[in-house]
Amino acid sequence: MTAGPQESENDEGGRATVASELTRNGQVIGYRRDDLEINPPYLYPDYLSTRTRAPDRPLVPMPHTLSEVTGPVYGHERLGELDHDLTRQHEGEPIGERIIVHGRLLDGDGRPVRNSLIEIWQANASGRYRHHGDQHPAPLDPNFSGGGRCMTDDEGRYEFITIKPGAYPWKNGPNAWRSRHIHFSLFGPAFATRLVTQMFFPGDPLFFQDPIFNSVRDPKDRERMICRYDHDRTVPEWALGFEYDIVLRGREATPMED
Amino acid sequence: MSLLTPSQTIGPFLHIEVPYEGEEALVAPNHPGAIRLLGSVCDGEGEPVDDALVEIWQANAAGRYAHPEDTREELPLEDGFTGFGRCATDSEGRFEFTTIKPGPVPGPDDRPQAPHIDVSVFARGLLNRLVTRIYFPDEEEANAADPVLALIEDEGLRRTLIARPEDGALRFDIRLQGEGQTAFFSI
Repeated sequence: MTAGPQESENDEGGRATVASELTRNGQVIGYRRDDLEINPPYLYPDYLSTRTRAPDRPLVPMPHTLSEVTGPVYGHERLGELDHDLTRQHEGEPIGERIIVHGRLLDGDGRPVRNSLIEIWQANASGRYRHHGDQHPAPLDPNFSGGGRCMTDDEGRYEFITIKPGAYPWKNGPNAWRSRHIHFSLFGPAFATRLVTQMFFPGDPLFFQDPIFNSVRDPKDRERMICRYDHDRTVPEWALGFEYDIVLRGREATPMED
Repeated sequence: MSLLTPSQTIGPFLHIEVPYEGEEALVAPNHPGAIRLLGSVCDGEGEPVDDALVEIWQANAAGRYAHPEDTREELPLEDGFTGFGRCATDSEGRFEFTTIKPGPVPGPDDRPQAPHIDVSVFARGLLNRLVTRIYFPDEEEANAADPVLALIEDEGLRRTLIARPEDGALRFDIRLQGEGQTAFFSI
């Protein structure tokens, strides 16, 4: 039988159990690294900003210690009741296609990541961010700020209600446009599982020229950044549903009990 | 086949959602032992990175992490000390935290690690976060024995991880690329 750390905390005589989960032959059980090559390289010259920001010395491989298998624990105290609903943060409703984005936060072994903070931010329906740095001459929407957050439930589920973000031009080259996307920030259980990514929409015609999307080298890996249209979650006469599961790193070994 | 979700850049507009107000203060300025931990982020041309997010994760003064997997109950937890902070850099690439010096925590083979703070850097142009560590200048002996610092062979590179005292604060500058680049870890 396997038990997550949170369950074993409450075990009778749990000290030994917990210690054995944390350590194996005196070593912390770290998070897997074998599939990290799915991540984009730091230097991806088509994305111009990487040219002056990508480190040029190789990263130093570091074993996970207690510092990396622990990590920030957010509680519900940071959340308001409507923080997951980006369409109800102002007096009126934002312009745009109302959508429900939902899914599960999972670890690399397919288990739910419970009670974990998810943060999102995005452009409005016309492709404009409510941000002083966004100079795209498209209208701001007085009823849309574009930020939201929620906690996953006991099955790792989350849900946001928002509007479909617009595509927008950026200064990465002539006639360069970002595919429609929503930024996602995930914590998971440890410092090692922290992830910031972007969720894209199916069938976007701008993918071919978006170097951020294409910086993920394997098309199969890119596909996991694209949500799926979910007709079952679509609410008649109200909003389109999209499903997007996020998978964080798994543990190197299944914790043992003795 | 991997099922992991790939990393993407945080982009320049993170401030719409993060950080939250007060996340740069892990303790109040009048907390016993409070230190100002400050620095700046610059790119390979020496230009300030004004759209970075710097996150820190650390143990408390006793060396205990506020996390369910740190089960060393003989060490006290501190009410309200989460060990986590976030700060967005300003127009000159600067960040500043108020925190305390963490105690030592165990490392591989239960050998102690020198007091340190784990750091993540996110920014436009970083397709994945960069991970580094802050060590303390008054811990020469512990730093010399630290198993993670020892992984960095180049002494100059290793030195980029030691904060330096400056007017009662500690300074830790982060250079993403080029001469004087900070040591970054793959974790």
